[in-house]
Amino acid sequence: MEKFRLLRSSAVPLPIENIDTDQIIPSRFLKNTSKVGFGKNLFRDWRFNPDFVLNNPLYVGKILISARNLGCGSSREHAIWAILDYGFRVVISSFFADIFKENALNNGLLPIEISEIFLKNIFETVIQYPKSIINVDLENQNVFFENQTEKFNINFYKKTCFLHGSDDIEYLANLKKEIDFFEKKNKLILRN
Amino acid sequence: MGKTLFDKIWDAHTVKNIEGDIYVLYIDIHYIHEVTTPQAFNELKERNLTIFRPKKIIATTDHNVPTTNQNLQIKDPLAKKQVNTLSKNCRKHGIQFYGIGNRYQGIVHVIGPELGITLPGMTVVCGDSHTSTHGAFGSISFGIGTSQIAIVLASQCILQNKPKQMRFHAEGFLRKSGTQKDVILYIISKLGSFGGTGYFVEYSGPLFEEMSMEGRMTVCNMSIEMGAKGGLVSPDETTFKYIKSKKFSPKSVFLKKSISYWKTLLTDKWAIFDYEYIFDAKNIRPMITYGTNPSMGIKINEKIPKTNLSKDQLEKSLRYMGLKIGESLIGKRIKHVFMGSCTNSRIEDLRLFAKVVQGRKKANHVQAMIVPGSKKVYFQAKKEGLNKILKESGFELRQAGCSACIGMNGDKIPSREYCISTSNRNFEGRQGPGSRTLLASPLVAAIIAIEGKIVDIDEYLKNNNIFH
Repeated sequence: MEKFRLLRSSAVPLPIENIDTDQIIPSRFLKNTSKVGFGKNLFRDWRFNPDFVLNNPLYVGKILISARNLGCGSSREHAIWAILDYGFRVVISSFFADIFKENALNNGLLPIEISEIFLKNIFETVIQYPKSIINVDLENQNVFFENQTEKFNINFYKKTCFLHGSDDIEYLANLKKEIDFFEKKNKLILRN
Repeated sequence: MGKTLFDKIWDAHTVKNIEGDIYVLYIDIHYIHEVTTPQAFNELKERNLTIFRPKKIIATTDHNVPTTNQNLQIKDPLAKKQVNTLSKNCRKHGIQFYGIGNRYQGIVHVIGPELGITLPGMTVVCGDSHTSTHGAFGSISFGIGTSQIAIVLASQCILQNKPKQMRFHAEGFLRKSGTQKDVILYIISKLGSFGGTGYFVEYSGPLFEEMSMEGRMTVCNMSIEMGAKGGLVSPDETTFKYIKSKKFSPKSVFLKKSISYWKTLLTDKWAIFDYEYIFDAKNIRPMITYGTNPSMGIKINEKIPKTNLSKDQLEKSLRYMGLKIGESLIGKRIKHVFMGSCTNSRIEDLRLFAKVVQGRKKANHVQAMIVPGSKKVYFQAKKEGLNKILKESGFELRQAGCSACIGMNGDKIPSREYCISTSNRNFEGRQGPGSRTLLASPLVAAIIAIEGKIVDIDEYLKNNNIFH
């Protein structure tokens, strides 16, 4: 996983609620056996609409902003790979679907949850002034925008993973003794 | 303080509490399929890690498999490569693999239960959001991403935040026209598409106690469609009876020992949930969805309502569906019917479908796909003569797979056309680019396949002798 500490970038606004992962990457593109190249098909079926925000050269940046419940539906991690491959490093919303959020955290895509009111302010300004800059400071868990700041939550373990570029596999692969011990202790609940 | 069923299973599988709400959770069964695993196996290879417990993994192919002529090669080269990659990975690592041609092949959430692999009190994961299905057995079961698949392959454990808990308690019983599918569509329509986000759900009360295992699976399956991490039902005599006869379930003395443990898997009377809903089953009527997420559902004879969705989203959704606020769906001509998916493709579902169409004819303009969830379901349907009933009514029983629920295998619905589907998602393009999905129960799907249009189900049942 790539390290992450600070990000200063303009953003791409997508003020739509309940965006499911079938929209982020339609199922016909899930047949790859590697993680690369999904970016070109990000929001594929919405990009046929010339007014869609990704077709508007005014809106660029490493931050994707969406209305609440981003990433609901299918567990496909391909959605995260597509968002990363397209060039985003941060997604901001008022909240994310569970599996989407976990997948993002496991891939170095920082999911930031902010209040509805702050999200609304950001949307309004960014849509009108596409060059507006959002500052993300992971260490202090702050989002700065215009004259406003809001703190966001991330658990200490995941924050450390982002700051150091480490991940769950590393952590658990080093825990095998404890897992072995657990298995021996708990025969009853395991399969016969 | 009392413990919930969820707490009891969670505690029994906690290897370690890292900090706050983050736990290392031991996983009993890891189901895998061809679409979400290749990158996970690559990840392990790149890190020089081995599969920690290959015997706790069960593999099948479902998303990409054709549902006709499975004896022939897969035509789509990418799909073929994915299926072959899984087969190779399983052979290499000694993982049990039920591929095309194997008598146990089928949709991962259909085969696990019917083979007696999923059992009460277990923790179950799979790289598929509908893993919540297995909660029907009183297990903690949830979908995971590919990174987490790699994590479980490498350690048989997963890092998880302990979710909050919610309970749906249902009094009363269903009327003839209401099915288990209508129960979950009703719940989702009330709670909304993210009302369950951050929660694990328990379904309790007489309605769920009276349900068959197939029905409980249908309900738990769609827990994810309200955003919930998963859903579960306490194991009881219905559960034990279902498990007993299954191929890989514990037998004789092991079964006895298991059952005495499973009987302890109940929520304590004094346990407290973060949220609790109580409803009466008699309010549940045949449901149908009209929008582009599963929470946009109504009783079939209701008019399309203004919802609490934002105006933009409702408009976008209805534009996509070609529908209007205030419109009734009754009378709408339907060209496609899909009967299948991990929600409704079990033998009980096929029996219901066949019972409705027996002695009747499919409407001429309707194209229907009837797809069993597994090879075992397929053979059982044949044994019971359901394939003959279907054929005489103008339907064809296909071979097992996910099929038109996700449209990866070529079974698709054309752009702008309506499909009554017994599956779980009506997202834009879910059944093929531009397709318009209306989710409903197998009973509704069967009646509409005969009538060729949406009808009032209660009226229909009054005038047609289906349930003697």
